[in-house]
Parts: sequence; C-alpha cells; structure tokens
Amino acid sequence: MKIAYREIEGRSAAYWLLLAVLGAMIAAGLAGAWTMEHHGHIVTGMTNQIVWGIPHVFAVFLIVAASGALNVASIASVFGRGFYKPLAPLSGLLAIALLVGGLAVLMLDLGRADRLVVAMTRYNFTSIFALNVFLYTGFLAVVALYLWMMMERRMNRYTTPAGYAAFVWRLVLTTGTGSIFGFLVARQAYASAMLAPMFIAMSFSYGLAAYLVVLVVAYAWSGRELDAAVLRRLKNLLIVLIAAVLYFVAVFHLTNLYFARQIAFERFILVDGGIYPALFWGGQIVLGSLVPMAMLAHPHLGAARGTVVAASLLVILGGLAQMYVTIIGGQAFPLELFPGMEVSSSFFDGRIHPYTPGLPEVALGLGGVAIAGIVVALAVKLLRFLPERLDAQLAESQ
Amino acid sequence: MSGSDAGRRQFLAWGAGAVATLTLAPGVLLLQPAHGRAPAEAASGKVRWGMLIDTNQCATGCDACVTACNRENGLSGGTRETDSQWIRKMELEDPRTGRKTSLPMMCQHCEKPPCVDVCPTGASFKRADGIVLVDKHICIGCRYCMMACPYKARSLVHENLADQKPDVPRGKGTVEACTLCVPRVDRGEHPACVEACAAAGHGAIVFGDLNDPASEIAQRVAKYPSVQVRADLGMNTGVRYQGI
Repeated sequence: MKIAYREIEGRSAAYWLLLAVLGAMIAAGLAGAWTMEHHGHIVTGMTNQIVWGIPHVFAVFLIVAASGALNVASIASVFGRGFYKPLAPLSGLLAIALLVGGLAVLMLDLGRADRLVVAMTRYNFTSIFALNVFLYTGFLAVVALYLWMMMERRMNRYTTPAGYAAFVWRLVLTTGTGSIFGFLVARQAYASAMLAPMFIAMSFSYGLAAYLVVLVVAYAWSGRELDAAVLRRLKNLLIVLIAAVLYFVAVFHLTNLYFARQIAFERFILVDGGIYPALFWGGQIVLGSLVPMAMLAHPHLGAARGTVVAASLLVILGGLAQMYVTIIGGQAFPLELFPGMEVSSSFFDGRIHPYTPGLPEVALGLGGVAIAGIVVALAVKLLRFLPERLDAQLAESQ
Repeated sequence: MSGSDAGRRQFLAWGAGAVATLTLAPGVLLLQPAHGRAPAEAASGKVRWGMLIDTNQCATGCDACVTACNRENGLSGGTRETDSQWIRKMELEDPRTGRKTSLPMMCQHCEKPPCVDVCPTGASFKRADGIVLVDKHICIGCRYCMMACPYKARSLVHENLADQKPDVPRGKGTVEACTLCVPRVDRGEHPACVEACAAAGHGAIVFGDLNDPASEIAQRVAKYPSVQVRADLGMNTGVRYQGI
C-alpha cells in the first residue's frame, strides 16, 4: 500500500492563531536578545557565578531533543521497521526544527552575538564547542539529505544509507552535547564520562515526547486519521526510553554517592539545595518520569490521544527541570578550590550562588521553542511531510 | 708568537667583547629578576613567568593587592555578583584544626589551561612565556572558559564600560581575567599586586621567571616546599603557594 503524503490545508482559525502565538513569542525572544545585547548581561539573572542560565537550559534541551526526534525515522530506516516508515519525514523535520531553535538561543545569548562570523571562521579544535559547530551544521545537512532521499521518489533507494548516516551522526552529536559538561574537569557536577551516554538516553526520551505531541496535534487539527495502533507502539517505546533515562540517572548519582568527595554536592542536589532537589524529585523524577510512565502504561487510557499528549508534555517539562538542575544546580554549588576547608571571599567563594532568571533571558529561551514550532507549522503546510491517513493497515503494509 | 696563539687571543678578545656587550646592552641583562623585551620581540618560550605567594606573610584584612589591581587595570572595584574581580582575597579555615589562612586568588596561569582547551575560537590563549590571556577581538562571550576554570578566575563584562585604561582593553560581553599585568611585565616591571604587597610591608608575593635558576622565585621554590592549588588536576600552575 502506497503512502500518500499531503500538505495540511492550514487555513483554519486554530492554525493562524498558532502562527500568531508563535510569532509573538519569537518577537519577544528577539526583543529579549536585543536587550541583552544592548545593555549587556546585567539585565539577566546570570552572573560571574551562574555563568550559564535559562537560555542554556532551553538551548541544550532543544538540541538534545532534536537528535532524539530523529528516533522514529531511524527505527524505520536503520532498524528496518516498515511500520514506522510513514512517520519518518515528520521525524526528520522535527529534528531540524528543534536544532534550529536551540542553536538560535545559544547564539543570541552570546556576550558578543554580533561576532557569529568569528565563531564560524576561527576554530580551536581542542574545544568540544568548536567541534559541535561542525556536528550541528553537519546534522542539519545530513538530515536534510535524508529527508530528500525519503521524500523524492527517485531517490528512495538511498534512504537506508542516508538513514544510517543520520543515525550515527545524531549519536556523535549528542555525545558532543553531553561532553560540553562531561569534559569540565573542575566542576563537581560534571567531569564524568557518564554524561555523554546519559544525554543520549535523554535525547531518545525527550525527542520522542516532542514528536508525539507534534504528531497528535497535527493529526487532530488537520482532521486526519491517526490509528490507535500507531500511537500504542510509540507510547510503549516512550515508556522504555523514560526507564532508560532513569537507569542512567540512578547510576550517575549512585556513583557520586559512593565517592566521599562528591557527597556534599549530592546532598545539595538531592536533599537540601532548595529548588534543585524540588525540581529533581518533583520535576524530573515524579512528574517527568514516573507519572508519565504510569499514565502511558494504563491498560485502557494509555494509548488515548489525550493521555499520550499529556504524558509527553510531562516528559518535556521533566526534561527542562532536569536541564535546570544539571546546568544551573551544577553551578550554584560552590566550586571547590580547597577541599576540606571552609572558605569565604568577596567573589562568593564557598557560598551557594543564587539565580533568578530575568525576563529577557526567559523570553529568549521560549523564543527558541517558538522558532522550532513555527518551522514545523510552516513546513507541514508547504511541503508533504504528513501522510494523509495513518492507520495500522497502512503502517503494517510497509 | 705562533699563529695559533694569535688566533686564540683574537678569539678571547671577541669573546670578552661579546660578553661586555651582552652585559651592557639594555634589556638583555641577566642580573635583573624580571626583564622587559622590545615591542617587536616575541615572548620567549624559555621564560615561564610565575608567582610564589607566601601565605604566612599575607595578612587577613589586607587587600592592597586587590585595590592595586583594580587601579592598574581600571576595574570598578565593585563586588556585586556581576562585577569583574581579577584578584580576590580568600579566607580559609580548616574546620578540624581551626587554622586560618588568608591568600590572594587569581588566574593561576596554568601550563595546561582548561580555559584555552575549551575556547571555541582560540580567543583564550597562552603566551609562550606562560601568561594566559584573552584576545578581546575574537572572544564571542560564550563563557565556556568560565565554566572550565577550576579557580573561578574569570569574569564576563556584564555592562557598558567607561574610562578604560589604554594599556588594558576591556569590552562588554567579553571575558577577562588577571593578565599578570602583561604590559608591565613586558616593560620589565613587576605586576601591580606584587608591588602593592611589598609597599604594604608584607612582601608576600614573589614574581619572576620560574625557568631561570638564578631568579629569586626559582631559588625559593627549589629550597622551600610550595604547592599548587588543585594540583590533582595536573594543570601545572604558574602561581604557587607556601604555607597552605
């Protein structure tokens, strides 16, 4: 059975409202970036102690989710599951959209965003940041090529090799993203080879959650058929991926708890660090992992559209909470220059660093999400990304 | 007098002349602990500038080094969380013994600086003579170096600046840190904090070429025990401490 892809009509009031809301969010994000550029980072909550803030929470989340959004396409092309083939183009599109959104935030947060051309022309190859510039731009190119192979009938026979290339690339990319933190030898929250594979597991989970939200919303709003069997497979996969993340998180913290020098930091993140334990247990673990797993595993309601969307949104919020704890919590804990000593200074040594995000940086972070959203919304209207109908019979025949 | 004798005398005369010239030529003197270099001359890899800080001489409550640094480099001296602090006084207390220590902390000018490793554009760099600097023209303000520095030595300029020192370029949105007063060092002078500490009567900081066996700093680190902060990280810092 042939898959018939078709553009969405995109004339409904809901569609225009969506574009308007996303457009307003992007405008607010750009205004935030301009304020930061004009006045300096003084207008944000970021300081010389909390060096990376909310923009990085959103940017790293979007970049990690981007590589994970490619899951569905990879399952179709790399693991040869024809069932997922009709779902693959949207998977590639979402991967590109999320990455563009994340990179926009990262670039606009720079102290000298006007020097983007310097970042693109001068490279220090011992820097994982510099390597990531290639990994990110390369990912966009490889996935675009992959989409072309999938969507252009004459090129279909090259879909599998392109899918392999994209799959390998996304693994390397997320390794690079995790290593931004993993390679930071001096900070107790980071400096771990665990971060790269943990980020890969997180990308699988966050990316699939983002994919499911977009899939269900796109089909519901365009009035197309989305078979429960398709959703059931995908939501079962999401349960497994959430569990995989929990496994890595557990091993990461258990390892730290075993090392005497890491116990103070673990206490901070897991017990008495104020907002960070609250976000870790309440956000990442309970609301972002256990609750969605229970919802999706429910025998009757698990595969219902509403359940899948709600659970996926919880996974996304849990992912943002995780990034907040990882990135900001990791910096809030004081850097240890003299292990075992009590220290103080005018530069806030030995103190927990406070952080209150400013409006411009929150607007910038949300603007990145909106950029990803508008790329998808426009692309599905202009190009044939979505199958006209998505029922189990069609999927099984692939 | 044989021909070979004449040759030998001629050689000795040239040698004596050359030594005399070396000793007399300005800027090539071996007897000074710090020596300048001509503007066109590249920093030498034979030199490793460093500091030795004797915490037994460093007084609690004294911040002469900090104020001198601020004055020299045109820093505001503010201590908000967004203000740049190139050097700070740290007070240490061992909770087990109650022993207290006071010391200045700044860029440690590592031989293997993590800030240089992580900098995506190469703006963070180490000069041949061991001084770690930021090229303000190619710093994009990503702050990855601040994340990587084990000593929290770097600051981002968070707002517009006025009244900058011509010798010390700074810029909003770029990262900065202790330069070891590189313009002074290149003129053959000592960093401002070193002079201020001596003027305050403490003389806790010795500055010089760690690679020159005749220098005071090299002789002192050879004779007395000194440590590097976070030596476990293997950065081989240019700044060493005594008494901690």
